[in-house]
Amino acid sequence: MNRLSVLKYDVVSIALYIGLVSFGIINIYSSSFNESFTNLFNVGSIVGKQVIFFFLSLIAFIFILFTKSKFIDNSTSIVYFLSIILLVGLFIFGVERGGAKSWYAIGPISFQPSELAKFGTALFLSKFLSIIQTDLKSNKDIIVVLIIILVPIILTTIQPDPGTALIFLAFIFPVIREGLNLNYFYFGLSIILTLFLTLKFSFLVSLAILSIIFFTYLIYLRNKKFKISLLKLIFSFFLLIAISFSTNYLFDNVLEQRHRDRINLVLGKEIDTSGIGYNINQSKIAITNGGLFGTGFLEGTQTKGNFVPRQHTDFIFSTIGEEWGFMGTSLTILLFSILIIRLISRAEKQPNHFRRIYSYCFASLIFFHFFINVGMSIGLIPSIGIPLPFISYGGSSLLIFSLMFFVYINFDSSRLKED
Amino acid sequence: MIRKNLLIWITIISSAIFIIQLASLQLSKGSFNRDFAIQEISVYPERGLIFDRNGELLVANQPMYELIIIPENTVEFDTIQLSNLIGIEQNDLSKRILSARKYSTKLPSVIESQISKEKNAFLQEKIWLFNGFYLRKKSVRDYIRPFASNVIGYTSEVDQNDINSNPYYEKGEMIGKQGIESFYEDNLKGVKGKRYFQKDRFNRIIGPYDDSKQDISPKKADNLTLTIDIKLQEYAESLLKNKKGGIVAIEPSSGEVLTLVSAPTYQSNQFIGQDRGANFQKLLKDTINKPLFDRALQAQYSPGSPMKILNALIGLQEGVIDEKTSFTCNAGHYYARNAFMACHNELGTISNLRKGIYNSCNTYFAKTYKRIIDKYDSPSLGLDSWSNHIKSFGLGDYLGYDLFIGKKGFIPESNYYDRFYGNNRWSASTTISNSIGQGEILTTPIQMANFASAIANRGFFYKPHFVKKINNQTNISFEKNFTSIDKENFEVIIDGMVDVVERGTARIAKIKNINVAGKTGTVENFILIEGEKKQLTDHSTFIAFAPAEDPKIVVSVFVENGYWGSRWAAPIASLIIEKYLTGNIERKWLESRMINGSLLAEYEKPYKFQNFTINE
Repeated sequence: MNRLSVLKYDVVSIALYIGLVSFGIINIYSSSFNESFTNLFNVGSIVGKQVIFFFLSLIAFIFILFTKSKFIDNSTSIVYFLSIILLVGLFIFGVERGGAKSWYAIGPISFQPSELAKFGTALFLSKFLSIIQTDLKSNKDIIVVLIIILVPIILTTIQPDPGTALIFLAFIFPVIREGLNLNYFYFGLSIILTLFLTLKFSFLVSLAILSIIFFTYLIYLRNKKFKISLLKLIFSFFLLIAISFSTNYLFDNVLEQRHRDRINLVLGKEIDTSGIGYNINQSKIAITNGGLFGTGFLEGTQTKGNFVPRQHTDFIFSTIGEEWGFMGTSLTILLFSILIIRLISRAEKQPNHFRRIYSYCFASLIFFHFFINVGMSIGLIPSIGIPLPFISYGGSSLLIFSLMFFVYINFDSSRLKED
Repeated sequence: MIRKNLLIWITIISSAIFIIQLASLQLSKGSFNRDFAIQEISVYPERGLIFDRNGELLVANQPMYELIIIPENTVEFDTIQLSNLIGIEQNDLSKRILSARKYSTKLPSVIESQISKEKNAFLQEKIWLFNGFYLRKKSVRDYIRPFASNVIGYTSEVDQNDINSNPYYEKGEMIGKQGIESFYEDNLKGVKGKRYFQKDRFNRIIGPYDDSKQDISPKKADNLTLTIDIKLQEYAESLLKNKKGGIVAIEPSSGEVLTLVSAPTYQSNQFIGQDRGANFQKLLKDTINKPLFDRALQAQYSPGSPMKILNALIGLQEGVIDEKTSFTCNAGHYYARNAFMACHNELGTISNLRKGIYNSCNTYFAKTYKRIIDKYDSPSLGLDSWSNHIKSFGLGDYLGYDLFIGKKGFIPESNYYDRFYGNNRWSASTTISNSIGQGEILTTPIQMANFASAIANRGFFYKPHFVKKINNQTNISFEKNFTSIDKENFEVIIDGMVDVVERGTARIAKIKNINVAGKTGTVENFILIEGEKKQLTDHSTFIAFAPAEDPKIVVSVFVENGYWGSRWAAPIASLIIEKYLTGNIERKWLESRMINGSLLAEYEKPYKFQNFTINE
């Protein structure tokens, strides 16, 4: 390859990717550190496995770079349906881990098909949305989109792995981007607000605030001439009130105690540092312990003491917080933000619809993982067990995110030559 | 536009919120500012050993056991059985368990401390029945010889005051509370070290923290060698059995205290083991015998006749008498109009200085004292000059020895009488009691021994002290304290003191082949009973040193209500001198009389609420 051909790749993103994965390996090494396994390349050690998957990813990178973008364009449905089949197959062949049948295990290698489903859904949804005939104003197409997204959601929910299922909500963003009525988005936000207000305060508070917003909005709309049907608005309003009214009942009777506890914890209703609050509390202690510059590599006392459960997987951010301090955490957040924004802005320049939507899906997935994982580690979001992309330990996650990333690189590089 | 940039804005806003939350966690010291993951454990050096002057081990350390509870680990158990096992009340046990539970359900609390190793052996076999309880070893003092407890003192667990006044100490640690244990606390305790451990989330220690690089190794404690001769101490304590009083023996050439007895006293071992609290209360509440009160150091008595020796020395130094000066005694004399001081000498006895000393003639020393005071233009100048001489013998102030307890005693100065009688409203006659060691003067037995030491040394003394060596290093150097009396004035006085034993008031103190110099004292004393001042039987006192020509030992004995100095104090002093210089006692009859003699009946008199006779 000559100089020019190297430059056609998104070198900045590649650098960010390599930086994040390397930083992840360092922190996995530290949080799983144990005197008997000091070798980085020991296959038996946790960090050794992660390194191996990184190399596997790099090998895949080379293949994907030399794959024609067109070839990928045409294989979207294969990946999606394969992943759906694998998800269904879990109910027969799956291995139960931590209460959920979400793994295939072949010898020492285990694989989580829900990761593949993220990739498949991203590809297939992008394909569908990029079809010229698709119109997000038509109810029929909206239902198709819903089905594409809901199938993996339902399959993962009944594993049960509701945390992973939640991730598929990330696909809301590309759908909105591609023309879904923004009112759906506002309505979604209103539901979250309603739930929050009802659980944190009470139905009456929720009702009062919703009414204020509703009537303010009515006055605002009166001045601007109606763009939205008043009927729909009033319907939405009463739907929200109904949701608010039934929230406490659903909360108390449908959710399990552990879910209630997690939500209460973030709402600040229960301060329980020994039971359910333990994970988040320990994570916060570890992060606080880091201070500005952190305790240094392998020096984190909370990390060494294994105070934070699942620290090399879902709570890897607490290791970063303790050993690298505020410098480490804010840099990590900055790197993720830059990567996400860069993916979106490069996607916007993509003339090919399918590839643009795919990049947008990928950015949304990274954002959703990042938002939930970091938010949970620092106590802003209820405890939901999903990994931090590129950083957390986990072969399936690293491999699939790498693949998705390389596909983006491939698409991005072919942006100028429309082949 | 809003569609294209929606996710970008959401990303930016989320990141900003995260960074603000992280800043509030990591950049401000919030509620999580203690590092729960590091366990600090103190490592204690063995407390220093204490030896007597001949290298005999007096104080060592022994293991004791603590019964520990971790409330979280307990299951239902039979509290009656457990309370019987450890020997505490069932209610008490329940209270202790409750307070342990309140303190922490996860951390260990002490239920009972200082369980002896014998009891521990028995408990170890049963304790497995009680989940959540275990026994932990701890080192406490072992007072091997049950003597000199008033010198050695004792240790106990630090109380809140100790912790407040010295941040070095933590709850449950031991500290010297009395005597040498307290005064030399810094030497004896050494310096504790620290070890840091990494804990896991179950509070279990999973290994050293930071490769033990932060650990501080403990500093070894110093061993002490006392000046006390434990055999002599033991002997002296046996002589004061069933009596109240004090004995101080000093090596005059060094100021080393050979023996310091206070009777009645306590034993250091009473402060060890499960009964220590009860024992302490018993000792504290005994307000009649006051066993915690060190009579050798803290009891201020009138010195009595030994003070005559000092007056004689001052008279010689001031040139108002010489060894040939004679006074006539008419079984006393009128020192002022209508003021008669009686004397046991017969009518018309003419005494020179030596005879005045060995017959302890009140008249002789009253007249000497009058001359000392009247030598100066005013009684004030005279008294202050006298007072300064007396003080040069270490009286009237703390001696500065290495124990925390003591009393100044009292030597009056002119301003004291000015306050009492008014300026120039008093004279030598007014203060005549000073001449015979009665009246305002107060001294402690150790001060008496110290001034006898100054006489034995012919004009100087070393500060009395109790520690000879720290870690085999005799690094304590003491300076000679010179008295205001010239060396040549001592010989005639010492001759007089030898006569006291040879032919005077203390012939009973005579030891074959050894010249003992001494002076008896018989001290009037009073007590307040229901607001009424009553006289009690006189105190018996004696100071002595031997051999007179080259003194090796000085002894001061004070026996409360023992009557004549020659009745108790002189024989006791003599026996101690004989024991120390010859190693055995030839006068077995005297020894058994002293050891078996009891003054308990005498001490009970004032508490019987009826009239009693004294000086029987």
